[in-house]
Amino acid sequence: MTAGRCTAALLAAVLVCGLTCASTAAAEEAITEEYESISNANEHVQAQDDYARSQKRREITEHDDDQNEPPPSSSSSSSSSSSSSSSPPSKDYFKEELVIRPLSSGDIYASFQFQTRWDTDFFAPGKKVSHYRLFPKSLGQLMSKFSVREMHVSFTQGYWRTMQWGQPFLPAPPGAELWVWFQDSVADVDGAWKELTNVLSGIFCASLNFIDSTNTVEPTASFKPLGVGNVTHQRFLRYAVLPREIVCTENLTPWKKLLPCGSKAGLAVLMKSEKLFHSSFLSLAVHIRPVCQDWGCKGTAWELRQTVNVVFDLHTTGQGKREWSFFKMFSRTLTEACPLATSSKVYIDVTDNPQGELFELNPAAPSLTQAVVLGDRRTYAVYDLMASGTFGLLRSLNVLLRWKTPGSVDMLRPLLHGERYVAGYGLQTGEIHTLIYNNHPYRAFPVLLLDIVPWYLRLYIHTLTVTSKSRENKPSYIHYQPSKDRLRPHLLEMLIQLPPNSVTEVTVQFERALLKWTEYTPDPNHGFYVGSSVISALVPSVVAMDTSYTLEHPLFSTFFPCKEESSYFVRVYTEPLLVNLPTPDFSMPYNVICLTCTVVAVGYGSLYNLLTRTFQVEEPSPGVVKRLANMIRYLRGVPLL
Amino acid sequence: MGLLSDPNRRRALTNLLTRLNTPLCIVCYLAGVAWFMGLAFEPFTLRTYMSENAMGSTMVEERFLAGERALVTAREFAAQKKKMGGMPVDWLVKAMQARGLEVFTQSFSRTLPFPDENKERYMVHGTNVYGILRAPRAPRTEALVLSAPCTPGSSNNQAVGLLLGLAQYFRGQMYWAKDIIFLVNEHDLIGMQAWLEGYHHTNTTGMSWTPLEGRGGSIQAALSLELSSDIITSLDLVLEGLNGQLPNLDLANLFYAFCQKIGVLCTIQGKLQRNDWDSAAGYSQAVQTMLLMVLKQASGRPWGDHGLFLRYHIEAASIRGINSFRQYKTDLTTVGKLLEGMFRKLNNLLERLHQSYFFYLLPSLSRFVSIGYYMPAFGLLAAILLLRALDLWVQLGSPAPGTEDGLVDGEQVRPTPFGPGVLSVLTPLIISHLTGVALYTLPIMAQQTAVEHFPVSETEAVVLTAIAIYTAGLALPHNTHSPCPSVRVLSGEGTEEGWRVLKLIAIFYMAVLLGCTALINFSLGFILALTLVPVAAFITPHVPRVLSALVMVLLSPGSTLLFSIFVYQELQEAPITLLEGWNLFLSVISQGILDHNLYGSLVYPLISLLVYPCWLLLWNILFWK
Repeated sequence: MTAGRCTAALLAAVLVCGLTCASTAAAEEAITEEYESISNANEHVQAQDDYARSQKRREITEHDDDQNEPPPSSSSSSSSSSSSSSSPPSKDYFKEELVIRPLSSGDIYASFQFQTRWDTDFFAPGKKVSHYRLFPKSLGQLMSKFSVREMHVSFTQGYWRTMQWGQPFLPAPPGAELWVWFQDSVADVDGAWKELTNVLSGIFCASLNFIDSTNTVEPTASFKPLGVGNVTHQRFLRYAVLPREIVCTENLTPWKKLLPCGSKAGLAVLMKSEKLFHSSFLSLAVHIRPVCQDWGCKGTAWELRQTVNVVFDLHTTGQGKREWSFFKMFSRTLTEACPLATSSKVYIDVTDNPQGELFELNPAAPSLTQAVVLGDRRTYAVYDLMASGTFGLLRSLNVLLRWKTPGSVDMLRPLLHGERYVAGYGLQTGEIHTLIYNNHPYRAFPVLLLDIVPWYLRLYIHTLTVTSKSRENKPSYIHYQPSKDRLRPHLLEMLIQLPPNSVTEVTVQFERALLKWTEYTPDPNHGFYVGSSVISALVPSVVAMDTSYTLEHPLFSTFFPCKEESSYFVRVYTEPLLVNLPTPDFSMPYNVICLTCTVVAVGYGSLYNLLTRTFQVEEPSPGVVKRLANMIRYLRGVPLL
Repeated sequence: MGLLSDPNRRRALTNLLTRLNTPLCIVCYLAGVAWFMGLAFEPFTLRTYMSENAMGSTMVEERFLAGERALVTAREFAAQKKKMGGMPVDWLVKAMQARGLEVFTQSFSRTLPFPDENKERYMVHGTNVYGILRAPRAPRTEALVLSAPCTPGSSNNQAVGLLLGLAQYFRGQMYWAKDIIFLVNEHDLIGMQAWLEGYHHTNTTGMSWTPLEGRGGSIQAALSLELSSDIITSLDLVLEGLNGQLPNLDLANLFYAFCQKIGVLCTIQGKLQRNDWDSAAGYSQAVQTMLLMVLKQASGRPWGDHGLFLRYHIEAASIRGINSFRQYKTDLTTVGKLLEGMFRKLNNLLERLHQSYFFYLLPSLSRFVSIGYYMPAFGLLAAILLLRALDLWVQLGSPAPGTEDGLVDGEQVRPTPFGPGVLSVLTPLIISHLTGVALYTLPIMAQQTAVEHFPVSETEAVVLTAIAIYTAGLALPHNTHSPCPSVRVLSGEGTEEGWRVLKLIAIFYMAVLLGCTALINFSLGFILALTLVPVAAFITPHVPRVLSALVMVLLSPGSTLLFSIFVYQELQEAPITLLEGWNLFLSVISQGILDHNLYGSLVYPLISLLVYPCWLLLWNILFWK
């Protein structure tokens, strides 16, 4: 009974997470739109420019339509929609954004976000969507064919260093991660999943086809839908991670092709692979989810959000100088927005630099905006690429950040972070340690820990211990699905309450299985990967911690801390593990087989022979004379001697 | 198999073996020794070659130029160390942070079981400082380690300087695929032990340390650097680790390849390779190098900071800078280039080093003897034990002249060897093992009592107690004979087959013991076999007692250790007098006990719990009544 209640509470918590997330995103959007309207009001002398842009936009649209099979241009599409009078013309929008956050370590974090929103429903009965404008057709067809409700795929090279960089806007584990919610109309989820991974593998030139039942799980609580909808049974969810996946230009190129402008115009021109891959961290992601069309949520729209998160290193890319510009980071500057975009902006995080005492921005930002991101109120300098004034006389935008003081080298203390390692030595057993840090000075909060361990590490689940502050910490919810050899991995989900200012250690022992000799990878001595643990939590926000906020806000708004700002949803991924399994010497099998066979044949054979033979004393052989006599008697037919 | 199933032919074979037993044993022994000595002869050995493809064909270009700056850092470090009177932790943390590393510290403390007089330490407190260079776009799954010990006094400053210089240079490079951990460990091996235990979260030796906060995944390889002078003449490679474990031969090959490429003189066991293998001097140099390696490996102690990594399946070696009177000098930039090259090659590794040999002996850096070549030398010695055992078995099986008239029944012409003899065998077995247990436990337990009653220090107390118990064990066989005649009859003591059974058991015991030891640590097994096998082969109660007793004591494990010390000093070209030798003997025993307690070296328990009791069994046979 209590377990059931716990689960319910947990699900509620997770739902809240999802909603909070969505609402944060919505708030961001609102801010963006607001700013847009302001900037439009400010700049009304660019009619000519706008006209040119709209011309160009039409050109590209037509070009885009040529690629897709249905020929109708925008006018004919309106006529066709009027013929099918029941549904209004489906609208689609494209927005692009680049957020740059200077990190305290001296590195710089650039996050590209491209949003394509389409007010249509793939799954409306009796209606087949075949006309695509901005939304990539390959993904649209995929969605409708496999009845995908929500899809999140990310390809990441490197590990996000929370201790140095803080929280990312969109966390992703090293390697490839894919999680999909299917529509509740899907009968054979596993079959659809299998086909979907293979199709995605083709679309992104990635090894997603290596996702099979041995690395797929159905998490009960950690991954809830991020879009609108009401199906939350994990039967329709599939989650898989390929920690070993290497991300390279061959993944970036198909990713860029999904953008309406490709890499020809807009922010995407900055994404030159030789620079993106000369970085400390790179994560490509594609998220598709249903969102509300408007505030009333009368209809759903499909949102495709493509993101690139990249961190450039101070020492290797920046030559140790704390001075960053678009040209230094991307070896390109911006010259225009994507003509198809309704919004195209560059944000630069200047929260730590309100008076410009830390670093200077060149050219100076035309305006500032504020947003609550990850529980923290941040200030951003905004460059609107739709405004022609942004590009200046040189017709190009190359934002330069120059520091005035040398940076600090201290580590951050993010409120929540995790790490994981394998303890012990030898090739028989081991222990997985997961450390979860709660650095909040006085608030405890619960986290959901999701661990997926391949079957060849046999977890001794009875050795599972959770310790906080050297005392046992009993998880309020544990979901454990044991592995089946060669069929499915271990799945361990726990809801753990983290005491304030503490380290919680989760340990579990395992035994390393001896694989069949064809099951080893071609490089068995490299080791075998165990994917990242996922820690999902509602973290108390920094804004709520801030005691001086009363100064900035009206008194009536600040007596009770606002619910939305008091905590925010965070997902933290730990390091993947590299575990060595007992490995035979593969140069030897032939010798071993020969030797073993010989030993068995000679040793065992002779021993067996000696043990089973009955020994008899042999009659001494008769002499020659006697044998001769016997032969004669034999011929004569008389009995022998 | 007809040979064994045919009784006649079997009898012929056993007759042959028993008749020719002694000459066969002698031939085997001589052949074993000769084989071993032949291992160092160049035409019999193989040239080393790089087996790992990832490190093989692609040569890297070394660009490290900051040797001078490393020296400046080294001087700064030396000044700070002097000022602090120990490890300048804060300075190191700042220096590493300034070079763009993630820096962490680990403090540890350890109280030794008894004071270490060689290094003058008893209660050890220290701090390790390490910085992690995070590889760009790598998910913290693999790491390499470069370590330099922070030793008291003025030594090893240059190693820390170079380490920091390399850290700065490496940080600016893009090509790293594995995290690189730069570690400065205090109190050499104790600090290293604490760090490794912390990293792998194990506790094998009861040390207390604070947990590590930053890790780099599974460590693939490690190099430990020891440099004490601004310029060096040669670099020495140290491979022998804990319990005689060796790193993969490819690590030695890598070092040798880069020394050749960059033009640094490189040595192993401090011996430069000679080109004239066909001359007596050339051969003798090779033999000396190999013997030094055998002696070091047999000692089972880590001969550098790298030695403790091997337990965790991390290939590791120490590189030691030597500054002698040679003309040819090498500066730090060149050493830095060498390390850069080695690290870049290790960075290229796709798998752990596993392609090449783990069991080998090196007569020189360019020649090696693999396990397949050196095992026959031990096999020939071990064959003696089997031959003797066969002989004894046959003797026990056939009617012995002394017992024949006592037996009436024809069915019992073959006396069952394990009838009355079991007790007679069990008593010495148990007593000798109890002596072994006493030798293992008492020295440390009784040190307090000893210090109270005798005017000695704790260390001396431990060592002298050990020697006393060892000697007291020799007196035991006389006491195993019970004064009570009834027990004596029961146990069947004093009979001919009594000692034969005991000897048979002792020989099998020794064969298994030495065989297992040699598989794990060839050198130790071989040295023990060299001295113990002759004793085991020829000891009976009927040989002249006094002379045999003298020979046995001279060939006992303790004396073997003493001889090894003299040989080692001779090979190191630092001969010592008898008195110095004795003092060294005492300190080696204390070091052996400490190695066991601090790092988990197994040589001391092996000798005291197994080898010494086994030898006592043989001693028992000599004094069989």
